[in-house]
Amino acid sequence: MNRKGYYGELGGMFVPEVLIRTFEELVAAFEEARDDPGFQQEYQEILSSYSCRPTPLTFARNLSEYLGGAAIYVKREDLGHTGAHKINNVMGQGLLAERMGKKRVIAETGAGQHGIATATMAARFGFQCTIYMGEVDVARQRPNVFWMEQLGAQVVSVRDGSRTLKDAMNEAFRDWATNMSDTHYVLGTASGPHPFPEMVTYFQSVIGREARAQILERAGRLPARVYACVGGGSNAMGIFSGFLHDPVELVGVEAGGKGLTSGLHASRLASGQGTVGVAQGYKTYFLQDQDGQMKGTHSIAAGLDYVGVSPILSHLRDRGRVRVEAAEDAEVLEAFSLVLRKEGLIPALESAHAFAGAFREIPEMSRQDLVIINQSGRGDKDIFTIAEALGDPGWRNFLREKAEADRA
Amino acid sequence: MLESYVRKRLLEKGILLMTHLVVGYPSLDGCREMVRAMVEAGVDLVELQIPFSEPVADGPVILRANHGALKTGITVRTCLEFAGGLASQFPIPFLVMTYYNIPFRFGLDNFARVLSEKGLYGVIVPDLPPEEAEHHVSAMRKEGLGAVFILSPETSVSRMARITETASGFVYCVARRGVTGARTRFSPEIVSYLARCRKVSPLPIAVGFGLRERADLNFLRGKADIAVIGTETIRAMEREGADGVRAFMRGLV
Repeated sequence: MNRKGYYGELGGMFVPEVLIRTFEELVAAFEEARDDPGFQQEYQEILSSYSCRPTPLTFARNLSEYLGGAAIYVKREDLGHTGAHKINNVMGQGLLAERMGKKRVIAETGAGQHGIATATMAARFGFQCTIYMGEVDVARQRPNVFWMEQLGAQVVSVRDGSRTLKDAMNEAFRDWATNMSDTHYVLGTASGPHPFPEMVTYFQSVIGREARAQILERAGRLPARVYACVGGGSNAMGIFSGFLHDPVELVGVEAGGKGLTSGLHASRLASGQGTVGVAQGYKTYFLQDQDGQMKGTHSIAAGLDYVGVSPILSHLRDRGRVRVEAAEDAEVLEAFSLVLRKEGLIPALESAHAFAGAFREIPEMSRQDLVIINQSGRGDKDIFTIAEALGDPGWRNFLREKAEADRA
Repeated sequence: MLESYVRKRLLEKGILLMTHLVVGYPSLDGCREMVRAMVEAGVDLVELQIPFSEPVADGPVILRANHGALKTGITVRTCLEFAGGLASQFPIPFLVMTYYNIPFRFGLDNFARVLSEKGLYGVIVPDLPPEEAEHHVSAMRKEGLGAVFILSPETSVSRMARITETASGFVYCVARRGVTGARTRFSPEIVSYLARCRKVSPLPIAVGFGLRERADLNFLRGKADIAVIGTETIRAMEREGADGVRAFMRGLV
């Protein structure tokens, strides 16, 4: 039996027969590109000249003093073009799609970050672009929809199922099963059928490689811990992969939503409620019922609101190499505000989960220790969501006045 | 068992008709009435889909039927009980169609055993490629059930050969790319694709995806053994209930 694409018992490629050839071609194209120094060079060139690589590693002096434990460094993926780590993956897949002669790209998006990144890449490469987005997410991420459309992408609102990320992913697969000859599916996270978990991890591993070199240069030693939020797992896999062979504890932070006993969360691993299943083309831990039907998920951060999780990350958790915690919505908002006030950094709500998880533990750590927190994206773009979550009265007033002015 | 039924039936008819319904949609009683109408109209085999929340190979009609059935709170055990009831009530073979997570969570050996106990003939799992199906196939084989696999116009001839070696009962050839529902234009390419399937496969071949009317069946006569009408069956039911299904089926055969 072919065990390629398996991580322990997780991973695999569970796709309809009509897509098998497409996946085989993609695996071959990816492996060929990975081993081609020309491709490497092109990829690095585009990340440094079009996006912002290397992204800085920022020492958070005020937060470190305030918490009184380990010294905190922040990896600044928020400074990449389009404001999140997503650009690393889409530029890599864009180059690959070009190599494969594709004319059109499609993608799923939850928060909209991956959708914007894909639409941006499509504009740059001259691809046609269709983005699938759950109706619930379209409603709560309108500004991102606006930008995707301005970038020339067609945004399709998915009205089936839970109308969130997983349903958008199903719809993208349906499109691909029809249009694979000219279309590449730019899957946004380290999940899905082989080769996506491996390929997305590969394109995101630049985060960890840089972070490791930067901390060694700045502090002369490795961090005790590295923190990253975990939705599908791409930013976590990206930064963790730089430290897998070091004596560094790797901590993933999932969306604890309104609490792990509330049924309103997206914690597949930390909650102990995820069970192994097969959906969306791969085998991993899913939040599902006894029969194997997928459950609804909740997070204040749309990008963490996903029912499955990277099979590579899950396997690392099972082996004890990665520890996974969950942070609840309220705790995340507190951490978010603290980061703004103390450091003037604006993390995305997704990334604020990593901060929240870290803040819980840092005061107990030695002042000699270092930690790195991956700020996977920036929050200022999500002003509507964040202002609402914080219940800001001035903002509410502004919206009301704006709406009234619009009506007049 | 499944293959021999198909072969025997083919001695009497040029092409067999297989229909599809989603168990629990619109209701169990509604499903039973549909099956009665199908059997009366001369349908040869029925696929009973156990609903799944992520039916990735299905288009909008069957997708919504899956979600509609799940909204009634139906469980896998209820679906299997119901399927067993149909198998004992009606004289034609019933197959189960479902996505892999359903048997996987049920336990593959257990699932095969229950299917066999309920008098069902086999199973179609559209998101399970043969490479991932070793355990599933051995569990089905042990119970003498058909493990139906899928061929597509994208499948190479060498791969077709491997798939038909793994499969039992028959192979299901999707007529085109894409998902269920959209109309299929029966073109010369399909003729050569089906000829390829026929040449490679020692098993009977079924053709599905986008079949809607008698002309489609006539086109397939002599080129395939089983015509599958899935989405269009559900559309007929949605329009006019079991009577609509009966009239639609009579118009086909």
